Amino acid sequence: MASVAPPERSYQAEQDRLIAPGHDFGSVTDTISKIVLQRKTPLGWFVGFAVSFALLQLLLLAVAMLLFKGIGVWGVRVPIGWGFDIINFVWWIGIGHAGTLISAILLLLRQEWRTSINRFAEAMTLFAVACAAFYPIFHTGRPWLAIYWLLPYPNTMGLWPNFRSPLIWDVFAVSTYATVSALFWFVGLIPDLATLRDRAESKAWKIVYGMLAMGWRGSAKHWHNYETAYLLLAGLATPLVVSVHTVVSFDFAVGLVPGWHATIFPPYFVAGAIYAGFAMVLTLAIPLRRFYGLQDFITLKHLENMAKVMLATGLIVAYGYMMETFMGWYSGNDYERFMLANRMAGPYWWAYWALILCNVVAPNLLWIKRLRTSVPFLFLVSFVVSTGMWLERFVIIVTSLHRDFLPSSWGIYAGTRWDWAAFVGTIGLFLTLLFLFVRFLPAISIFEMRTILPGAAMAEEKTK
Amino acid sequence: MKGREPGMPDVYGLMAEFHSPAEVVDAAHHVRAAGYRKVDAYSPYPIEELSEALGLHHSPLPRIVLVGGVLGLLGGLGLQYWSSVVEYPLNIGGRPLASWPAFIVPAYETTILFAAGAAVLGMLALNGLPEPYHPVFNVPSFALATRDKFFICIEARDPLFERAATRKFLETLSREVHEVEH
Repeated sequence: MASVAPPERSYQAEQDRLIAPGHDFGSVTDTISKIVLQRKTPLGWFVGFAVSFALLQLLLLAVAMLLFKGIGVWGVRVPIGWGFDIINFVWWIGIGHAGTLISAILLLLRQEWRTSINRFAEAMTLFAVACAAFYPIFHTGRPWLAIYWLLPYPNTMGLWPNFRSPLIWDVFAVSTYATVSALFWFVGLIPDLATLRDRAESKAWKIVYGMLAMGWRGSAKHWHNYETAYLLLAGLATPLVVSVHTVVSFDFAVGLVPGWHATIFPPYFVAGAIYAGFAMVLTLAIPLRRFYGLQDFITLKHLENMAKVMLATGLIVAYGYMMETFMGWYSGNDYERFMLANRMAGPYWWAYWALILCNVVAPNLLWIKRLRTSVPFLFLVSFVVSTGMWLERFVIIVTSLHRDFLPSSWGIYAGTRWDWAAFVGTIGLFLTLLFLFVRFLPAISIFEMRTILPGAAMAEEKTK
Repeated sequence: MKGREPGMPDVYGLMAEFHSPAEVVDAAHHVRAAGYRKVDAYSPYPIEELSEALGLHHSPLPRIVLVGGVLGLLGGLGLQYWSSVVEYPLNIGGRPLASWPAFIVPAYETTILFAAGAAVLGMLALNGLPEPYHPVFNVPSFALATRDKFFICIEARDPLFERAATRKFLETLSREVHEVEH
């Protein structure tokens, strides 16, 4: 056990442990539930929430402006019909993928270190999908009319959607993803909601958490079905998460535009999504563990493992860029070759090389263990990667569209102030939801933390 | 207590409290060996050995999820076929009306959607949730079942249940035995 490790190995032990020594079922429960149940909300929370909420108001302003004036307030013009709206959609939905990977795929692979980060990573998924959904819905211009273009339902006009279009596939993939992520998250919360119900001091919160816990009492019969359901949901979420970014990449790959029409898109988009998502999990986990003193539960080992996943997926993404370039040259197609030369040396050359710097060069520093275990460096690199992944979508969308087949229809694109307002506004929406989440729900799964405590190991105790 | 039918036993059951997972699993084996069958155990986290000790075998949930998934697949394919071929046939780029390769993607998603819905609703239904009231919550220390304590409850509807004798038996397993009122 960790408690009897000799002193000279203690630094190594500190790096390897998933939970600090000296914790038992009670202390784990109290430490995590205290964050939610404490009467006094920390001042820092109010400051962070106020800033996020102010940014959210900017989103409302941007939406009001968009609906009042029309899509023209965004910078999208022929030939660049897709701009910030689709860049941000792909960026946000990619971020969500790490949450599902941590909660579902790492569960199936029996990676115990997922336990203390899965809850808020799943919350991050839900909120990122909400931000992502904003863009295509409002890009329709008249979202209240968009329902009959998007969803199959018997409307009075007798119209049905065209199921041969990747955009309709997107509707099915993203709405299923949002629903299943919400279900998975809620099922994971039920036992912890019961803990909050039993530990809340005020009558009102007892009632609120009691209603949400639905009468959960931790019976062996309940756990038996619960564990089966949780595993099945993980098994279903795994093929789902792979399909979502695959379908998002079909939005491009099924089109004939040079720079989009590539079979490498699905795997490289999925890897990029996980890469961006882990960067965001690090961006959120590092301040969370510091602010709430959760270093006992989110240890250096967790941060290092996330850095390793980022390095691995970053290398897959780098391979994707390389193959994209190679196939563009190897195809011998004039338009493909022109697109490549234009992407690297055309008007947007800076975006391409900044993307290579952020996504290919920066993650390779994570090979060095000293940097991989340095918290400030990880925090920095997570921002670099998030920026790089945004630039990747900018490069794919804008540089492929702005030089059309005929030079008469060439153009230049830049986001307008309302594009930026909507982008910053969705960051506000994301942060506002996250602040509310850490205040009212347990950010770490309490019941799963109990299962990885040394005291929970049955086999060892039995043999004594 | 209101709503009690005549002939119903005075108590819901007897509940013993334990402090470690090993104790509760050991006790569950003894309770089963003594012949009690209307027994449930309560723990703050899932313990596989405890379910085994209580003789819980396969959950019917995987079959419910399979049915959900198959319904989702057929529903998704059926919806697309019917709307594209029967209800609203439209020639799009000369493609056949029943463009099944394109239909795979939405059908794949509806399969997962329905299977996941069946998993969650099936789990809740099998567990009888939501359940606004349950007698075990009348035991004051039961609030710790969601923190760090473990419980076994022998219900009064068990044919072997006798208030005094069962209490004596449970006291051989645990120092804290509570009566569970309705």
